[in-house]
Amino acid sequence: MPEIKVTPLGAGQDVGRSCILVSIAGKNVMLDCGMHMGYNDDRRFPDFSYITQNGRLTDFLDCVIISHFHLDHCGALPYFSEMVGYDGPIYMTHPTKAICPILLEDYRKITVDKKGETNFFTSQMIKDCMKKVVAVHLHQTVQVDEELEIKAYYAGHVLGAAMFQIKVGCESVVYTGDYNMTPDRHLGAAWIDKCRPDLLISESTYATTIRDSKRCRERDFLKKVHETVERGGKVLIPVFALGRAQELCILLETFWERMNLKAPIYFSTGLTEKANHYYKLFITWTNQKIRKTFVQRNMFEFKHIKAFDRAFADNPGPMVVFATPGMLHAGQSLQIFRKWAGNEKNMVIMPGYCVQGTVGHKILSGQRKLEMEGRQILEVKMQVEYMSFSAHADAKGIMQLIRQAEPRNVLLVHGEAKKMEFLKQKIEQEFHVSCYMPANGETTTIFTNPSIPVDISLGLLKRETAIGLLPDVKKPKLMHGTLIMKDNSFRLVSPEQALKELGLAEHQLRFTCRVHIQDPRKEHETVLRVYNHLKGILKDYSVQHLPDGSITVESILIQATAHSEDQGTKVLLVSWTYQDEELGSYLTSLLKKGLPQSTS
Amino acid sequence: MAAHLKKRVYEEFTKVVQQQHEDLSAKKLRLTKPSKSAALHVDLCKATSPADALQYLLQFARKPVEVESVEGVVRILLEHYYKENDASVRLKIASLLGLLSKTAGFSPDCIMDDAINTLQNEKSHQVLAQLLDTLLVIGTKLTENPSVRMRLVEVACKHLTDSSHGVRNKCLQLIGCLGPVEKGVAKEVESQAAKDVQKIIGDHFNDQDPRVRTAAIKAMACKLLADDYEQVRSAAVQLIWVLSQLYPESIVPIPSSNEEIRLVDDAFGKICHMVSDGSWVVRVQAAKLLGSMQQVSSHFLEQTLDKKLMSDLRRKRTAHERAKELYSSGEFSSGRKWGDDAPKEEIDTGAVNLIESGACGAFVHGLEDEMYEVRIAAVEALCMLAQSSPSFAEKCLDFLVDMFNDEIEEVRLQSIHTMRKISNNITLREDQLDTVLAVLEDSSRDIREALHELLCCTNVSTKEGIHLALVELLKNLTKYPTDRESIWKCLKFLGSRHPTLVLPLVPELLSTHPFFDTPEPDMDDPAYIAVLVLIFNAAKSCPTMPALFSDHTFRHYAYLRDSLSHLVPPLRLPGRKLVSSPVSPSITPHEDPSQQFLHQSLERVYNLQHLDPQGIQELLEFTIRDLQRLGELQSELAGMADFTATYLQCQLLLIKALQEKLWNVAAPLYLKQNALASAAAKQILEETYKMEFMYSGVESRQVVIIHHMRLQAKALQLIVTARTTRGVEPLFGMCEKFLQEVDSFQRCFISELPHMQGSFVDKLLDLMPRLVTSKPSEVVKILQTTLRQSTFLHLPLPEQLHRATANIIEPTGESDNPLRFTSGLVVALDVDATLEHVQDPQGTVKVQVLYPDGQAQLIHPKPADFRNPGPGRHRLITQVYLSHTAWTEPCQIEVRLLLAYNSNRSKASAKILKSTWSESLEALPQSENGIEGTIPFSKPVKVYIMPKPARR
Repeated sequence: MPEIKVTPLGAGQDVGRSCILVSIAGKNVMLDCGMHMGYNDDRRFPDFSYITQNGRLTDFLDCVIISHFHLDHCGALPYFSEMVGYDGPIYMTHPTKAICPILLEDYRKITVDKKGETNFFTSQMIKDCMKKVVAVHLHQTVQVDEELEIKAYYAGHVLGAAMFQIKVGCESVVYTGDYNMTPDRHLGAAWIDKCRPDLLISESTYATTIRDSKRCRERDFLKKVHETVERGGKVLIPVFALGRAQELCILLETFWERMNLKAPIYFSTGLTEKANHYYKLFITWTNQKIRKTFVQRNMFEFKHIKAFDRAFADNPGPMVVFATPGMLHAGQSLQIFRKWAGNEKNMVIMPGYCVQGTVGHKILSGQRKLEMEGRQILEVKMQVEYMSFSAHADAKGIMQLIRQAEPRNVLLVHGEAKKMEFLKQKIEQEFHVSCYMPANGETTTIFTNPSIPVDISLGLLKRETAIGLLPDVKKPKLMHGTLIMKDNSFRLVSPEQALKELGLAEHQLRFTCRVHIQDPRKEHETVLRVYNHLKGILKDYSVQHLPDGSITVESILIQATAHSEDQGTKVLLVSWTYQDEELGSYLTSLLKKGLPQSTS
Repeated sequence: MAAHLKKRVYEEFTKVVQQQHEDLSAKKLRLTKPSKSAALHVDLCKATSPADALQYLLQFARKPVEVESVEGVVRILLEHYYKENDASVRLKIASLLGLLSKTAGFSPDCIMDDAINTLQNEKSHQVLAQLLDTLLVIGTKLTENPSVRMRLVEVACKHLTDSSHGVRNKCLQLIGCLGPVEKGVAKEVESQAAKDVQKIIGDHFNDQDPRVRTAAIKAMACKLLADDYEQVRSAAVQLIWVLSQLYPESIVPIPSSNEEIRLVDDAFGKICHMVSDGSWVVRVQAAKLLGSMQQVSSHFLEQTLDKKLMSDLRRKRTAHERAKELYSSGEFSSGRKWGDDAPKEEIDTGAVNLIESGACGAFVHGLEDEMYEVRIAAVEALCMLAQSSPSFAEKCLDFLVDMFNDEIEEVRLQSIHTMRKISNNITLREDQLDTVLAVLEDSSRDIREALHELLCCTNVSTKEGIHLALVELLKNLTKYPTDRESIWKCLKFLGSRHPTLVLPLVPELLSTHPFFDTPEPDMDDPAYIAVLVLIFNAAKSCPTMPALFSDHTFRHYAYLRDSLSHLVPPLRLPGRKLVSSPVSPSITPHEDPSQQFLHQSLERVYNLQHLDPQGIQELLEFTIRDLQRLGELQSELAGMADFTATYLQCQLLLIKALQEKLWNVAAPLYLKQNALASAAAKQILEETYKMEFMYSGVESRQVVIIHHMRLQAKALQLIVTARTTRGVEPLFGMCEKFLQEVDSFQRCFISELPHMQGSFVDKLLDLMPRLVTSKPSEVVKILQTTLRQSTFLHLPLPEQLHRATANIIEPTGESDNPLRFTSGLVVALDVDATLEHVQDPQGTVKVQVLYPDGQAQLIHPKPADFRNPGPGRHRLITQVYLSHTAWTEPCQIEVRLLLAYNSNRSKASAKILKSTWSESLEALPQSENGIEGTIPFSKPVKVYIMPKPARR
């Protein structure tokens, strides 16, 4: 039975270093190649030795697909392709291809230049790696080789995020990557057609959460910023460079535009500027509103948001500043925070989760006095707000996607085991499809029932459909013919043609069967009784009593002889050709039941 | 136990075979091997009455039956079925058959023939229906077998002619389930049978019993909701909607449970489900349809707004709930803390249903949709549902308020309008008001004005709310001074709606102090006026309020009552009796004195038929003056007063023209006089067009009078022309044309003619035979005399009459900076105007630009440039493109609005046209009659422009 095998090397019952191996119809595909944020040792990358101990990975993998540019989905790519060694094609969407190297380079800089690690990939490696990338468009079907084809669907989440359908013959797998079913200020919602894949591999970050409407959150955010600015206070929003930052920018930009506000908004330069450039470029990947207004004005060409300069932090008057990094643990955002923390008019808004130990986490948990380096005590008088903006699908969203795609099996990755358990149960309950959640390194095998296309000659098709009922699209139909498997193709032809093609002579196949009947009478009387019996039952068939003492039913021959030892037992010899198998076996079973007691 | 039982049944089965062979007595066998089927058989044999048999059968139905013995049991049951005379027992047996054939692993094809046979002889409708149901069960188990399905469908078709609706119902169900219903699949492969099935079902759409119709349509529609093609799904949604509208109260069973619900509720649930469809076209449609399903029960309705939140399997409160709680706990506008939204209690994992079959959260999803079309549709639906259900209105408020912050202006506007429409049912909480007011700072004028409009009819619950609203409105005023009028109006209503809430705020608002005199505020400050408007309107129904006013407030009141009379109501102020009640107290407030005055003056005019000409003229002049003044004073009577004044003016002109003493003098001598007369005729014509097209609410009675006046004017024109031109040739044409007009007048207003005794046209029609045959000079003479002798027609007044007005807000015409542009190129001038009481502004309103060289340009604004902020009001926001050759210095152009009319489009003639259409097509020479023209109906605004010569 054909099967699909899935082995997560990362992201199996876990969040981080997404990397999933899929074997489908003899093709091996690697989905995502991410790194883990939590580790600094070997564990940060997936264990590629699982694929092969020695030798190039190229021989074992047909292609690699990257769903989006987040480092936990693409961070290990240069290591994988350049250091372990892979020369095959890597597929990603255009925006991902554009933004991915920026993030990789940034990541490399932090690890190598700041932390001083050696044995890490170099800038050159990133460049070499990106040369292997093939960019794809949405809904474009890409033929990787003769049989394997992939197709990208829009996934929301971040710019350029995509879900991929991997298809070999009529078996298919859909990998979602990260996706978002509710649209936000700059991206649309994920969408997939009813492609009915054999397997849907879905992320499940928020498997146990049903979120509130985003409007309340947005409104709260805007209200807070607006109030503070009106009071003359300064607002600090620590962000990570990509994704949420752009959403918040759009949000504030449109609000400023709408409300005709004048206070300046700054965006700390560097990485983000480059990223914004790509957002401007890939306008088709954004949501309806931005795409529509694009004709008049590109929304990412911010009117109110300007580049930040270090000196601006001391300017009097209200302002809003976006600064990196998002958890206030270092860099510009921390510097600004220290400057502004003392004034109760000011405000800091944390738009995301903060890891324990960072300044962000401390102030969010209510700490008002912070000890900075050099035994300095920083008193926090400014207001601290938390505003969560997340771009993953919640439980409802995941269910909605499953409903849209109608897969035969579901496999959950990218989430915590306990939460997955709940969702798994729900999926099985409501869709009646089996659901899997393998751990890292654990292989899940899914048996598929692929339909195999067979060519049939038109003559045969017409001839066969003429017999019996009219054809019905959704019901199976019985046909007689010869199946020829040759050169990897299947053809159904009539037996005569098959014989001719293969140069074979026709053989007759005959079945013969003996039936014992208890009948003390003479042979010809028995024959007569059998004849009358059959004649009575098989009204639609031609039953003949031949002069030589045998009976024919159509082309089936029945002869009766007395048993050599027991004269009371008669042996009926039934003989039929293979073509008459149905009738022949019916006759035998009929005769085996014996003759009626009194026919004479 | 099960295994044991199985063995026993098995044994029994083999024994039965032996029984045939060995002729063992059946009785003995039963005694030794008591099996279920055997026991049943014995029981049924023993049963003496149908009631007993029913009891046995009921008992039997409770026990499970093994797969192997099903066939045996069925045989026994059938045997009894044939014997049984009581319909209820047969019914039970039939239902048992269905139950039995559901047994897993059992292939019911063997009993199908029997079941079909039983159908033939059955008389009872209930049993027939039940048997068909059994066949349906059998059929669904044997879907793989086309011949079985064909057979069952045939059987069902046969019984479709049954007289009982129950049987027909079941037949359709059978056909629907078993006959392949395929749409959207390639047509050529669709078999004849499938088409038949659709046809059969389709035929029953016209069944006389609604329950059967319902079944027929349901059989088709529900299946199609899950179709692969969006068009099919969209059509199915519509079908279900239509169905639910036709038979909202019929009861349908819920599959997989025993409950039954109303059809409209079921359909509502199904359509709600489609709000999260994959295709946005379907989503829009589903959302739209939801709005029109007002009969749905409130329980279902409220589910649409419900979305259980959870986080890590623990229940979370929505932000709305939190806001409500904060508010009710007395704490307002608290900052959000980390973990404020921390999830509370644990949720039972089993109880969480992630994809609800019902209506849960449909609107929550719809309002959050990516496509704004869906969002707008959802808002509209909310509006319609909320209008019919006050409790739902209360609930959906939070969601609507949220929509005020949508990223698309259209959606925001729509939700504000929606809120206004449902505002009768709701009272805003303070936190909601806060969010609503935040939108006042929106830079879009449309949004702000819509919001003012909304505030006009909003209920606020606390005095803090009023204060908040006032503060925000004043903020709005300083930021956008052009909103002045709109804000004042808004405060007027806010004040008159909430007098008791305003009362405690008065000292603070007027900044009065118990001991000290505070400085007198600046009377020209719009903000101060705004505050006063609020207070005075509240004081109207709150007599204690004026006691809190300081001296200058009273003075300001007097000033404002005069200058902004439409905003400041008359107050009964102590010591100011004259101002507040100029009318004698004997008149009850219902009889409006000014209305009385209007009618009285009109009476006076109509009664003076036989006064000397001089007296008539004077009286008319006075009355016209009075009416015009009245219109200025009483805005609600302005339309009426102007209308009558115009009419009297026409009459006056006519009289004046006819009073000329020099009519008999030879032609060349009075060129001067006929200039006056022809000018009068021209003016009357113009005025009649104005009367006909500029007022909304004109009825056919008035139209007749107007047309009559026009006819008189034309007659006058003819007479004047006859006097001044020499030669007879041109007169021929004119006379003929005039007579044609009289003719068409008669035809158009034949029903009104009896009311026009003694009028010009009445007399004219009497003389018609003579007129047709006589020469033009004769005609003119006759006309002249008739015109003089005819009486003055009484103009009845309609209930409501409003004059179309337009006010150009932008350009203001105050700018001294010329608009410079290169000659030969164009410059866009923003035009913003409000139109009142204009019907069909898209078709009639034009913008005219007059250049200093006399060149005029007429611009037709796009239909999309008109907005409709309220009933009877329109707003034109458009761009006018100007261009001209180079000028040496800047000069002013005039921009004004015109009302285009076409006499063909006149209401009366349109009506007549319709009614006579069938009788005589050629009766009305419309194209000749049609006179197109324009009426300027706004004050012209001057714009300073300067086309510069192009630099080469």
